[in-house]
Amino acid sequence: MIEVQNLTKHYGSLTAIRDVSFSVAPGEIVGFLGPNGAGKSTTMRILSCFMPASGGTAVVAGYDVFRESMEVRRRIGYLPENVPLYTDLRVAAYLDFVAETKGVPRGERKKRVADVMDRCRIADVQNRLIGKLSKGYRQRVGLAQAIVSDPAVLILDEPTIGLDPRQITEIRELIKSLAGEHTVILSTHILPEVSMVCSSVVIINKGAIVARGPIDTLVEQFFPTARVEVEIAAPSPAAVRDALRVIPGVVSVSDLPGSDGIGRYVVESARGRDVRGEVFQLAAQRRWDLRELRRMGMTLEEVFLHVVAGEQTE
Amino acid sequence: MKVWPIFKKEMRLYFTSPVAWVIMSVFLFIAGYFFYSIFGYYTRVSMQSATVAMGFFFWVYFSQYTRMSMQAMMNPMAARDVNVIEWVLRPLFSGFLSIVLLLSLVPAISMRLIAEERKSQTLELLMTYPVSDTAILLGKFFAGLALYGCMLATSMVYLAILRYFTPLEWAAVGAMYGGLLLMGAAFLAIGLFVSSLTENQIIAALGTFALLLILWAIGWGADATAGSISDILRHVSASDHIDGFTKGVIETRDVIYFVDVTIVFLVFGLLSLQTRRWKG
Repeated sequence: MIEVQNLTKHYGSLTAIRDVSFSVAPGEIVGFLGPNGAGKSTTMRILSCFMPASGGTAVVAGYDVFRESMEVRRRIGYLPENVPLYTDLRVAAYLDFVAETKGVPRGERKKRVADVMDRCRIADVQNRLIGKLSKGYRQRVGLAQAIVSDPAVLILDEPTIGLDPRQITEIRELIKSLAGEHTVILSTHILPEVSMVCSSVVIINKGAIVARGPIDTLVEQFFPTARVEVEIAAPSPAAVRDALRVIPGVVSVSDLPGSDGIGRYVVESARGRDVRGEVFQLAAQRRWDLRELRRMGMTLEEVFLHVVAGEQTE
Repeated sequence: MKVWPIFKKEMRLYFTSPVAWVIMSVFLFIAGYFFYSIFGYYTRVSMQSATVAMGFFFWVYFSQYTRMSMQAMMNPMAARDVNVIEWVLRPLFSGFLSIVLLLSLVPAISMRLIAEERKSQTLELLMTYPVSDTAILLGKFFAGLALYGCMLATSMVYLAILRYFTPLEWAAVGAMYGGLLLMGAAFLAIGLFVSSLTENQIIAALGTFALLLILWAIGWGADATAGSISDILRHVSASDHIDGFTKGVIETRDVIYFVDVTIVFLVFGLLSLQTRRWKG
């Protein structure tokens, strides 16, 4: 549904993105991750036909964003980062304008606007001026304008920024409910959000893509081992380390960073191999105090920090 | 071409915000004052109390009327023949102060059209909707023109008052309004172009005002120069082209002048909008 190839954008001498390539399958929700200034918004602005790229191609919903911009624009809904809205219009009138501009037929328009206001839970403020709404409501009006024409592709730049936790949950549910019939690409820097909402991710850093794929695959790719955090009080830490190392399947044992000799270790083993039972048995046999035994989650957050930090040290 | 939805949106923005009401009130208030003083003067001339009127007259309008009031003093009968259009409507709409009013209200109408959307970044969103840049520009232009038209229409109150006292030549009145509308279109196209150059509405308004004032007054330099330069200056000047309309004369070259200025600046506006898209 979205095919991006070698996309490059220069602002004067500054290169915002270079050689960005990725693709999004129909019905998928893809998280677009990256630190601030990595090029997320630039990519999204190109995909939404707001501005042309300096090089490379992007095909959205089967049309080239540059050569067939009008066809693409008919099939997308875009929510820019700062949610720009006409503060002097009323919510319902604004959505009616958007629906008309996006080519929703006159007969359907009223119903579609009412539907979308229900879905985004803004029906109660439909006669208020947008400028008088709270941040949360504005965000939802912004989302409503993106989906009012029922577009095939949604491009959402930081859709949950500035919302309170309950609103964030609501928006996430709403976005999740769009999967299947809509293809969604959303940018964020809230990582747990991505694991909750998206099926796969594209991580961008300093204008280049550093990782992409389904979340599980990515985690495995970057962390091929399972890790267990162990705290054992014993007379000799060296003996503990050696004993842990000989457990079958254990790849490495190291001190937990920042725990100077108080007996906390990280035990890495082959993925899918759970060594916790053996660690317990070992401690029991040697009569060591086993104080903590915890499997460490290999989360997207760690992948993100790993690839982004890795890039920075190079 | 989706000009209509853009037009409707702009009209809503004008009228839900106080902008439209303020502009129309200012126009009605100041034009009302002019009308009162000019009409009052006209009535007094007709009643041969020209001497009193002259003192008042120097205060508001001078050069154009001195001659006439002198005539009226010397020949009381002449006053009765004085045409109400020539004496009331023409100074009302093409007198120096009235023009200053139009020259300053047009920028007030046009300044927000693009600058406001650039500042609030709604333009970014609008440009990703399936509407062409031309449709965006034309929708905004016609909305500005419609508000300008509404503003002019409020002055018809004065026509009604005049009509109560004396018959009017409707064809001449029509020519006058037609001319003002054409001139407004040209001025608004200039304002729209200037508004597309900046995010700052005050800069947009002042820039437009400066351009309009120069366009208006450039003909004044014609007398100081000679030959073709003089002709060119005279032809470029807006004031020379509105003159005919206010006399009730519609000349093709005047119509073409205003239409030309409108088209040229709309094209400039379009180029500016597209450049903005390319720069990102």
